[in-house]
Amino acid sequence: MLTGLLDNRRFRSWAGQIVLLGGFAALILWLVTNTIENLDARGIKVGFDFLQRQANFPISESVLPYNPSDSFLWAYITGLGNTIFISLIAIFFSTLLGLIVGLARRSRHPLTAYLSGVFVTTARNMPLIVHLLFWYALATTMLPAPRQAYNPLPGVYLSLRGLYLPSVGFNGSGLAILLATTVVCLLAYLLWNRLRDRVYRAGLGRPVAAALIVLILSAVYIVVRTTGEVSTPEMRGFNFAGGFRLSSEFTALMVGLVIYTSAFIGEIIRGGIDAISAGQWEAGRAVGLSERHVLTKIVMPQALRIIIPPMTSQYLSTIKNTTLALAVGYPELGLVVGTVINQTGQALESIGILLAVFLTLSIAVSLFMNWYNAHVALVEAR
Amino acid sequence: MTVVQANSFTTISTTAAPPKRRRRSFVTLLFGDLTASCLTVLTGFLLLSFVPALNWAIIDATWVTTDPSTCRQGGACWAFILAKFRFIIFGTYPPDEQWRPLLVMALMLLMVLASLSPRLWGMKLLCAWGAVITAMLLLMWGGVMGLSPVPSSAWGGLPVTLLLALLSLGLGFPFAVMLALGRRSILPVPRLLAILTIELVRGLPLVGLLFVASILLPLLLPAGWSIDKLARTLAALTVFAAAYLAEVIRGGLQGVSPGQAEAAKALGIPSWKIIWHIVLPQALQKVIPPLTNTTIVMVKNTSLVLIVGVFDMLSAGRVAATDPQWPAPYVESYIFVAGIYFLICFGISNYSRWLESCVQARSYR
Repeated sequence: MLTGLLDNRRFRSWAGQIVLLGGFAALILWLVTNTIENLDARGIKVGFDFLQRQANFPISESVLPYNPSDSFLWAYITGLGNTIFISLIAIFFSTLLGLIVGLARRSRHPLTAYLSGVFVTTARNMPLIVHLLFWYALATTMLPAPRQAYNPLPGVYLSLRGLYLPSVGFNGSGLAILLATTVVCLLAYLLWNRLRDRVYRAGLGRPVAAALIVLILSAVYIVVRTTGEVSTPEMRGFNFAGGFRLSSEFTALMVGLVIYTSAFIGEIIRGGIDAISAGQWEAGRAVGLSERHVLTKIVMPQALRIIIPPMTSQYLSTIKNTTLALAVGYPELGLVVGTVINQTGQALESIGILLAVFLTLSIAVSLFMNWYNAHVALVEAR
Repeated sequence: MTVVQANSFTTISTTAAPPKRRRRSFVTLLFGDLTASCLTVLTGFLLLSFVPALNWAIIDATWVTTDPSTCRQGGACWAFILAKFRFIIFGTYPPDEQWRPLLVMALMLLMVLASLSPRLWGMKLLCAWGAVITAMLLLMWGGVMGLSPVPSSAWGGLPVTLLLALLSLGLGFPFAVMLALGRRSILPVPRLLAILTIELVRGLPLVGLLFVASILLPLLLPAGWSIDKLARTLAALTVFAAAYLAEVIRGGLQGVSPGQAEAAKALGIPSWKIIWHIVLPQALQKVIPPLTNTTIVMVKNTSLVLIVGVFDMLSAGRVAATDPQWPAPYVESYIFVAGIYFLICFGISNYSRWLESCVQARSYR
């Protein structure tokens, strides 16, 4: 009877699964009871009440307004804001640089191809954290003091204190005008999109496009000139006044992250373009398209479908990689979590928040990229 | 007019050989047209901008010095690397005992060289690796055969980096195989558990896992258990490696045609034997080149342990540069450490390319 039961396939598979599930549940239960005992022994109270208390620690720079009298909850949100901010900027610039690197590596120009190959090999074979620490060390020990700051472009200063850029401030009415100009420009762009084909067919494409660009640029210039207050950094006393400051931490983080990520993105883009058969290029040339048009109108749209899946995982790992910013002291979520644990001892909740936030971000990005992937695939179906 | 056309027509038809490939001279490649010239000038400027850096690193650099404080006069202070070489490589390991980590690294190099050729792979090599790893750990720890004991808190530098990479991959691999098999299983419970584990770990940054290991693990285990920091970090790296390896192995499992398992089933072979002797060997063969990529990732990721205060090579380089006798040569220190990482990773990636060419030429064994 019993051996008969053991020979039964379905019984065996179900029994095995139940044992597995039971073992997993027992493991979780064991960990939970241990934790409860440990917390009791150390007198730590678990709960999210501490989030409402005053944080009392500074955050050196943030996108969202923050001061030490804000709550722990707001400190976390500020850290998250910084994480999202640096992720977006790093992804934007590394995609741009990666595109250049990827195209340069396929170039027939020997110097360009070789240089880009050296860049990719060097950047990819070193850990990101070494990149970050190197650039941070460069920014904090090798740059000159503010008085002898490098001045590569008018109004741009690079020194031990960080990178200073000119900024534009707007007062109340200026802001309204700026907003109105933006809306007008957007409408003009939409209209242009509608009429573009007709204009090109009439043979007026280039002059009209050039005129539009000149018009928009002069509109922006006039608006900034009349209503904005351009502030350029100036040496006053021991430091710069005015302008817009990017801290050494932020600058080093961005340079390191963008260089590292763009090497990977460059390889993804190169791989995608390489996967498109040479016949596509040749057919495009035979039809009389320029090299640029073959790339942008024929090869790139097809390569994009190959590029998107690996690009998704690259973007995701870039977001996860921003946690390394805590090595150079840029206050993103990881650093805030570390500080809060030091201050309150609420390790369980803080790490829980960190993990939950990153899981959510990961899922959100992969959902968005899946949607985008489907969107691109749809074009093929037409 | 018509004669000329007829003539040219016959000329074309008789010389129908493929057009000669135009050999471009170097000058045409660099200055052939407007785009090429622009690119040449642009890259030229880019290369020129490296001249000051080279100047700093070579011509103005100080290679030997007697007075550390005057080391950096407009150039790099490589004398610092020479002076701190032992510290960066071996960390705080007792100086008189540093032959032990040196021997460990030599053993590791020997084993890696011995395992390079796919022809030697097999059960024997695997057992040899197991024995060597045990010997390496014993050498590091001491306390046997008259070796003085060295606690893991005193270990440091390159051996820690290499051991963490090797052990996390080695320990993670069996878990990875189980997770990959679980994810491909037709039974719901193992499949869901495997998916949950893999996606959870892959969705988290490694820094988060290291936080869990270094801060939460002591809370999760019974009060009496104390695991040292190095082991906790290793646990986090192992879990991380297992999840990433599992996805690679899953790719290999998907590449084995289902006919293989079906044929074995038809012959009445028990299912565990089908997996162990038929499916897994073929799947693992397929994924060896991508596995080397995961190896590179893990070697680079061991540097993150700096964040939780484990003394690997990068931490040693950072601590060495804090010596007040020297003019804060962080940049030189990081360049040196980066160079070592580069050599390791570049070596592995070239090896992977060579393996891939082997795959294209013939299958293993």
